[in-house]
Amino acid sequence: MLRRIADPIDGTLFGIVMGLVTLGFITLYSASYETPSRVIAQGGNLLFAMVVMWVAAQISPQLLMRLAPPLYIMGVLLLLGVTLFGDIRNGARRWLNLGITSVQPSEIMKIAMPLMLAWYFHKREAVLRYYDYIVAAVILAIPVGLIAKQPDLGTALLVAAAGFYVIFLAGLSWKVIIGMVLAGLASAPLLWGTLHDYQRRRILTLIDPTEDPLGSGYHIIQSTIAIGSGGIIGKGWLNGTQTHLEFIPERHTDFIFAVFSEEFGLIGNSLLLVLYLALIARGLMMAASAPTFFARLLAGSIILIFFTYAFVNMGMVSGILPVVGVPLPLVSYGGTALVTLFFGLGILMSMHRHRKLVQT
Amino acid sequence: MSVGEYRNTERELQRFQVRVGLAGGLVMGAFLILFLRFAYLQVLRHDYYHTKAEDNRISVVPITPNRGNIVDRNGVVLARNYSAYTLEISPAKVGDLERTISELAQVIDIRPSDRNRFRRLMIEAKGADTLPIRTRLSDEEVARFAAQRYRFPGVDIRARLFRQYPYADRASHALGYIGRINERDVGWIEEQGLTSNYKGSDHIGKTGIEQSYELELHGTTGYEQVEVDAGGRGVRTLSRTPPTSGNNLILTLDMGLQEVVETAFGNRRGALIAIEPATGGILAFISKPGFDPNLFVDGIDPVAWKELNESLDRPLNNRALTGIYPPGSTFKPFMALAALESGKRTASQAIADPGHFDFGGRRFRDDKVGGHGMVDMYKSIVVSCDTYYYVLGNDMGIDGISRFMGQFGLGSPTGIDIRGESSGVLPSQEWKLKRFRRPEQQKWYAGETISVAIGQGYNAYTMLQLAQAMATLANNGVMYRPHLVKYVENVNTGKRRMVEPQPIKTIPLKQENIDIIKRAMAGVNLEGTGARAFAKAEYTSAGKTGTSQVIAIKAGEKYIESRVAERHRDHALFIAFAPVESPKIALAVLVENGGFGAAAAAPIARLVLDYYLLGKKPAKPAEADEGASNGG
Repeated sequence: MLRRIADPIDGTLFGIVMGLVTLGFITLYSASYETPSRVIAQGGNLLFAMVVMWVAAQISPQLLMRLAPPLYIMGVLLLLGVTLFGDIRNGARRWLNLGITSVQPSEIMKIAMPLMLAWYFHKREAVLRYYDYIVAAVILAIPVGLIAKQPDLGTALLVAAAGFYVIFLAGLSWKVIIGMVLAGLASAPLLWGTLHDYQRRRILTLIDPTEDPLGSGYHIIQSTIAIGSGGIIGKGWLNGTQTHLEFIPERHTDFIFAVFSEEFGLIGNSLLLVLYLALIARGLMMAASAPTFFARLLAGSIILIFFTYAFVNMGMVSGILPVVGVPLPLVSYGGTALVTLFFGLGILMSMHRHRKLVQT
Repeated sequence: MSVGEYRNTERELQRFQVRVGLAGGLVMGAFLILFLRFAYLQVLRHDYYHTKAEDNRISVVPITPNRGNIVDRNGVVLARNYSAYTLEISPAKVGDLERTISELAQVIDIRPSDRNRFRRLMIEAKGADTLPIRTRLSDEEVARFAAQRYRFPGVDIRARLFRQYPYADRASHALGYIGRINERDVGWIEEQGLTSNYKGSDHIGKTGIEQSYELELHGTTGYEQVEVDAGGRGVRTLSRTPPTSGNNLILTLDMGLQEVVETAFGNRRGALIAIEPATGGILAFISKPGFDPNLFVDGIDPVAWKELNESLDRPLNNRALTGIYPPGSTFKPFMALAALESGKRTASQAIADPGHFDFGGRRFRDDKVGGHGMVDMYKSIVVSCDTYYYVLGNDMGIDGISRFMGQFGLGSPTGIDIRGESSGVLPSQEWKLKRFRRPEQQKWYAGETISVAIGQGYNAYTMLQLAQAMATLANNGVMYRPHLVKYVENVNTGKRRMVEPQPIKTIPLKQENIDIIKRAMAGVNLEGTGARAFAKAEYTSAGKTGTSQVIAIKAGEKYIESRVAERHRDHALFIAFAPVESPKIALAVLVENGGFGAAAAAPIARLVLDYYLLGKKPAKPAEADEGASNGG
């Protein structure tokens, strides 16, 4: 019985994930000393997320392929709806009020984008031509453009990254990749002109956080102090002064890495990096051995998104990337993020598990 | 599945695996960057960030020391501290200041004068964290505000130590006052390298002893290391270095004497300095009118300030220290001594006084019409004969006079232990050359020497200088630095450090000459111009009356007191010491527009000596003795 329940779960992947989740709980306990109920709430989130993962692991790739185009089209329509009728919150039009509940269609795109592109490349697998990449670029550009216009540059970049991974894994020519990189660099000054003030400020803050120490620079200054003061072995669990005296903002969610880093030092950071590397390595292996083009592309893209989140978050908290709202995967507090990530892991397992079934 | 398709799939798979490998490389590279960044922050820059984190969490809170008390020579408290509640506003934390104050006024009585004072403080004490809007709250007011406190962010009640001067305007010019630290004070503090010691201090000595002994009185600021959170709230105390209270000052002043004099002055303006000749200790330091130093402690309200500042009586003017007046006939004993020392006269040499001295076509009058007859040195002092000194002055010349008088400290600061002292004017040819621009003004005229010889003309000294000169003469030429502080007392150990009587110098004078002058001055009080004031004195005393001209009297015109507007009347002076054989006290007193020295000033000197030597208090305030008419 237990075996049958555990059957769809990839043991290695799950083990690594649980390692990361455990570090997350230890850190969350320290970060939420004044609200211990958060730890229990996160425990509940975890149980639910694991159920979601188990369910997702059951979903067949065929079903997912069938869902891909409608999900993508719905996402684009919702994004258009946001552009036309969305609620403005914090100066950005990101939410769509559906009467019962508000949704952020850009979140849907994080899943719909890789699905759609993987589906497209799978359909065109045998007859792949250069113009397929142009079509893929259009599929990518429409929602990314709409999200960037909200404006939500952080999410736009993450969605673009998710799509780009699919295109990259599908075999986009090196000439095009290098050309794009060069074009990107060349258009940077032009892009700068289209950025909003707060976006420019975030990037400038990265270069010199002390310019605005109480404003946008505060997060980076305090988190960098937390990391640096942790030293090699850290200040010890529950002993982080930056954490416990509330100098670190958003220490449960986006900046939880600063808490971890202050209390566990470089040794702890290395352990965290190793766990993420192991997770990504296992994910890439699973992708490589997936049966269909669709499964390979989707699995590869999912695990690279994990990487992107982890890299962007740690880079932002340690002050080498601008501040964008990205949680540290599997460690940050928050139900939605955890459920989404476990859903992704479930899909990854499904892509891997169903290889024997399809290959015949 | 055809072979071609299979190959195609195979190729796709291979390509995919290459791409996955590349992605893996990208991941490794990215994580390496992260690792290097962590290593940079946590190993190379660890010390820097460690310090930053400590700075973040540890806040050093200064603990203000108690300011030292000031007591008189008998232990009477002149300045002390008491604890009281104040209502304070942090301007930086309050949005609409005017509205907040208006709303506060509904809870606690805030008068317009409080508002004005607060506004003045806002300008003066720039950069101060909190400023008091009301001081000395009653318990009931504290309770009322506490209940409404949530309405007023940035407003708080604080227990503070206040400076109090229990005797208000008594000796106020010697004591001075403390006030809130302003920009100029900050400059001084920085110059002295005391910035850290004044971290928690709001007040600093502004004038008088409070100013000049600031370093003794202030004490050493203590520190408390407090762990604070990001909101700046204290979480716990890590360490504490207690403050060291400032030293107490024991003054040379005698408040009993001070009271006698200030009562004697009544509403009259003037100054008196009494000195202990053997030490230079100042027994009485009077400048009338005085002011209430308590008004200044937490910022004076503009109305009171205007009243003090614009009063015709100029109560803020320290007459004893900065007021310079011609010494009038009190100059004569020193002139006589100069004559003896220079050999220009002997004591017995006499002149026939016709009541005037004609020089350069100008007639210098004696105030006794017809003159004093035959006048020797003794008589010249006792009856205050001008003609004797007109002639003497002419014989000595201005530079001779100037050289001699300079030895007594006239015309230069005495070095008293409070700041702002005037130098006065000791006229000489050189002085005139420097003082004036135009050549015809720069030239010294011999006629001017004649005025100087009777203590008029360009002569101008402070009462402090005159008292010091008197004390030095009484002390047979041994000169001490006049001072107000006798001991500095360490509050914790109780140890007293004496502010040593410092003999500045000994003027080379012949004792027999000094004795001649002392005898003549004793004669003044026995049978001369001071005799009426010193009738039936139970001790021996020496004195000299003086009258200092406020407006020049035209030649040929007689000065008639009643015809002259009060403010244009002459100033009355008196210098004295007693007992004659072994002087314990020497003084100089001036009553502004008091008229003749014998009438207005000598009686005050009598009261001082009676009190100091006999402990006798006057039965009623002494008024000007209208009967005496013959003076300086």
